Amino acid sequence: MASKQFNIKSYTGFKAITLLCLVVLYAPLVVVTIYSFNASQSLTNWEGVSLRWYADVFTGPESGKFKTAAKNSFFIAIVAATVATTIATLAATGMVRGGRFRFRTVSFGLISLPLMVPEIVLAVATLIFFNSIGFERGLLTILLAHIAFCIPFAYLPISARMQGIEDSYEQAALDLYATKRQAFTKILLPLMMPGIISGFLLAFIVSLDDFIITNFVKGAGVETLPTAIFGSVKQGIKPNIMAISTMLLSVSIVMVTISYFVSKSDNTK
Amino acid sequence: MAAGAASGGSATTDTYKEARTWLLLPAWVTLTILVLAPVIMMLIYSFLTKEFRGGVIWEFSLAAYDQFFFDRGLFGDDPPKIEWTYITIFWRSIWQAGAATLLSLLIGFPTAYFIATRSENMRPIWVFLITIPYWVNLLIRTVSMKFLLRDQGPLNDFLMSIGLIDSPLHIVNTNFAVQLGLFYSYLPFMVLPIYAAVERYNFALSEAAADLYASKWTTLRRVLLPAVKPGVFAGCILVFVPSMGSFLAPDLLGGAKNFMIGSLIEEQFKGNAGNWPFGAAASMILLTMVLIILMFSARQQAKADKAGG
Repeated sequence: MASKQFNIKSYTGFKAITLLCLVVLYAPLVVVTIYSFNASQSLTNWEGVSLRWYADVFTGPESGKFKTAAKNSFFIAIVAATVATTIATLAATGMVRGGRFRFRTVSFGLISLPLMVPEIVLAVATLIFFNSIGFERGLLTILLAHIAFCIPFAYLPISARMQGIEDSYEQAALDLYATKRQAFTKILLPLMMPGIISGFLLAFIVSLDDFIITNFVKGAGVETLPTAIFGSVKQGIKPNIMAISTMLLSVSIVMVTISYFVSKSDNTK
Repeated sequence: MAAGAASGGSATTDTYKEARTWLLLPAWVTLTILVLAPVIMMLIYSFLTKEFRGGVIWEFSLAAYDQFFFDRGLFGDDPPKIEWTYITIFWRSIWQAGAATLLSLLIGFPTAYFIATRSENMRPIWVFLITIPYWVNLLIRTVSMKFLLRDQGPLNDFLMSIGLIDSPLHIVNTNFAVQLGLFYSYLPFMVLPIYAAVERYNFALSEAAADLYASKWTTLRRVLLPAVKPGVFAGCILVFVPSMGSFLAPDLLGGAKNFMIGSLIEEQFKGNAGNWPFGAAASMILLTMVLIILMFSARQQAKADKAGG
């Protein structure tokens, strides 16, 4: 009987396709990572393992550009993710713990709007908006745009987490004469922490990775890592770009992995 | 987006009912100013007159939409003919996005099915493996793809060294490269909803079909597929919509011959040659198409929910 059930569920070839899928997903990343350690000046020949292109990123002719770009990128990502996570945490509390209300659907629509509007359209709209109110383009315009599109990415894990927390914990606190504010900061917030951390990390990655919107709203001369990389790649892929890409993709993978394990941890037990 | 609802737990409560407005206010204000207002402003700009060095003159005009759909000759006084240039670019975008969606479905469905039928502890690990690449910078992924597929790239080297081909395959700068890039960009969006649907599927139904002498493929086609159709549909929408407006894959992998909407729009806002109202109009047309697709899919979803009880 057991073998029959196994048969019914499995289809020949599906496993092979899944493995093919993984190969397609990972091959480009693995190849770029390997070639970033290539000692050769050329892209095609392999001349042994070396860290020369990593050294080039930090000390080479383009290092100044990359350093400024990296500073901008991380500054924007940290601030945008922090602000977006704060806004998203408050909004999630209002949505999940605020009872039924008339504008609930509208509010959810507004929060998920940045996910529904195609990125290029949002980029155009943001550029036009800043232009029409005479806001000079620069670091601040990038930051504001990033805060907006980071909100849904922070909101989704946070609200998912809150829906999984029964309100009996807060009710108990309220029964024991805690104020609403105390129940929120002392009970709900700590319970939500895994969701908040995971939301923050996702917002951080999304901000760090954004190219299209940044490319539109950045002022002349202001670069983030993706726009600097894009500018470089337009003249052809160079080995130092592969070194920078490898570093950036490692940051993303580490962050997502942390986010995954944090959101899986359960501190309500 | 339904992740929250699916995770179960308590329904909504009204512990913070009084503070609700204050809690939601920052999100309302931020998103209204930084997303809603810009989209409305873009709509207005699409009806303004273009300024020759980028930007607009505040004068009502239908010129942007007119330029999109009609050709009035070099001096603008010929009788209007249909202008095919931009319609062709939109059509190519739809076609490319459709092909990428089909490719994602062909690979994504078996993958999602395979993952959903693993043991309960293994499933999250598989899902995690599939989603990791999505969180890596899209630009880096696209550049990596280009590096891999190049004429002198590792893929061609490998295929030639094992003797499968004699001369390099020209993949970069073809439609297929763009489709591959789009597939690579959005595959998890196809896998995840299908996975969620198959995971909820009651395999007793397949057993019943098998007991009634249905073959395995008949069972898949006639029993499983109808049951997981909403997931498949959601996956297709989630891949198709961002593919249509994508910029990086066509720009880096497609080359000049494979222009898509994203590049057309981008061109209007770069340098001094741009035409802002035209770019705004093209964006509005894209946004309208996307919203129609999303509304249509929401209606389908509602229908499916009703049918499912």
